[in-house]
Amino acid sequence: MTATLTVVRAGPAMTVQDLGRPGHVDQGLSTGGAADRIALLEATALLAAPRVQPAIEMAGSGGTFTCDAPLRFALTGAPMRATIDSAPIAWNATHRLRPGQELTIGGALAGSYGYLTCAGGIAEQPWLGSLSAHLAAGIGGPLKQGGSLTLGDDPAPDSPAMTLPPADRFSGGDIRLMPGPQSALFDATTTQRFFGTGFTRGAQANRQGVRLDHAGAPFASAMTGGLASDFIVSGDVQMTGDGVPYVLLGECQTIGGYPRIGTVLPQDLPRVAQAPIGATLRFVRISLEQADADIRDEATVLKDLRRAVQPRVRDPHDISDLLSYQLISGVTCGDDLERT
Amino acid sequence: MPRLKPANCPSAAEILPLGQDGALVRFAIVSSPAATGAVQAFKAAIQAADLPGVTQTATSLASVLVRFDPAATTRAAINARLAALLEQRDWMQAEMPAVRRTWSIPVAFGGDTGPQLDEAAALAGLTPQQAVDELTTADLRVLAIGFAPGQPYVGLLPERWDMPRQPQLTPQVPAGALIVAVRQLVLFTNPNATGWRHIGQSGFRPFSDRRADPFALQQGDAIRLIPVSASEIQTLTANQPDGLGGAHCTVVG
Repeated sequence: MTATLTVVRAGPAMTVQDLGRPGHVDQGLSTGGAADRIALLEATALLAAPRVQPAIEMAGSGGTFTCDAPLRFALTGAPMRATIDSAPIAWNATHRLRPGQELTIGGALAGSYGYLTCAGGIAEQPWLGSLSAHLAAGIGGPLKQGGSLTLGDDPAPDSPAMTLPPADRFSGGDIRLMPGPQSALFDATTTQRFFGTGFTRGAQANRQGVRLDHAGAPFASAMTGGLASDFIVSGDVQMTGDGVPYVLLGECQTIGGYPRIGTVLPQDLPRVAQAPIGATLRFVRISLEQADADIRDEATVLKDLRRAVQPRVRDPHDISDLLSYQLISGVTCGDDLERT
Repeated sequence: MPRLKPANCPSAAEILPLGQDGALVRFAIVSSPAATGAVQAFKAAIQAADLPGVTQTATSLASVLVRFDPAATTRAAINARLAALLEQRDWMQAEMPAVRRTWSIPVAFGGDTGPQLDEAAALAGLTPQQAVDELTTADLRVLAIGFAPGQPYVGLLPERWDMPRQPQLTPQVPAGALIVAVRQLVLFTNPNATGWRHIGQSGFRPFSDRRADPFALQQGDAIRLIPVSASEIQTLTANQPDGLGGAHCTVVG
């Protein structure tokens, strides 16, 4: 049956996100969508959903939710403290919420963006084929306390609880960078220094981009100021006028006049988006040929994730109503098998 | 360096990578009337050629983006077809396509609604009144749409308007702001920081997700700026729930 999810308490930056609106670059609209697209694919695999469902993206911390009908959901992306009626529940797993229960999702334990995905999806009205809030474009907005979302029907409400092994993209690390149209505007010395620098994910970050801090000189290029504004794709590493690098994410501008030193491979972009403040990121230079040979399309990633999901075996410590279960189905003398 | 310059190409166009599924044909690194003509004509040629595996083409001021499906084709195949098209003619001699639509957009120049008009006019070697006269009579086209949804890059202005972006960003200019730099005007979709100079204000919103036609402008549209008073912009903004701010569109022919 159709259910409603109510937002009892909203974190500061919770939005509905799916895979965004691709194909509108000629109208100046960037794709947008989930900051960590892999997290949406993980939820799809965990819920055995036929297609990727929109999720509630929670930046930094989540909120408190209730439902008016039994609800099967998945928690993916940055692990956050999560409870149902104060009993802790596992991340990267599916769970059930019953009417009257409260799901509370607190602060991130690692990474930046956590995702709550309901098995039946969200049955609100899409715009240009997507439910994603695009904050930079002024489409939609954050979820508010007291708000609610109409949910779609769960196609398989009786599916067993599932889990995925934890992912490792929540603490920065190595990021592969392919060359782009303006790479040659940076001289060899500057480029070499860029690839030799350990960057710190700055405090200034949103769905448009992440600022990278470093000790040392800025990364200057030829031709700043007079460049014709040119196309940008998400993953581009842009140097602002003062030579500070920003990695551009899904809500980035579609064209711009600042030079970009290269493009992060799409499969590494969630690692950038998820890097918490202070995490170290390093760029690894890869050739165009390597980049073109290493395309990981999302359909393949999803297929692999569907194979990796496993039934969730519950730890008795996590079962709040343990005593209501029949744990022993029979008692014998212990030597039954020997007696014939 | 990952670039490809066709051997027999009469123009200085380069074919460059933009992501794993993109090739960028760049005719120039700075804006020029020849480059804006070239990109419009070259985009039309790509679309007419109907290249297999191409999913989207789009133009910026001096380049054409060609997106392809790497599962259906390869970068090498796309680059070869683009190089062959580049060799067909000197694209830098191509004319802008004929005007199909003309937009008249009311704008209040100077004062609080355009605090940097005097400064921008001085950089162009004009008095503020001469600057407004030139901007409201110039032959302007939408050269590209981008940065923000529906946001037009309009030009090209005469060479005296070839002023660089400011070294320091203006922290915020409002939606509907008319800003100028590098021989172009932009009408801002959303409030934003900018390195361009804020010279006027319109009630025109190039994008609204509540409008039947959310993206008002198309690339190639002719633009005529109509000088009005600041109070008239206020009235037009208040009385026009469609967000067009008194602008209207005439279809030619």
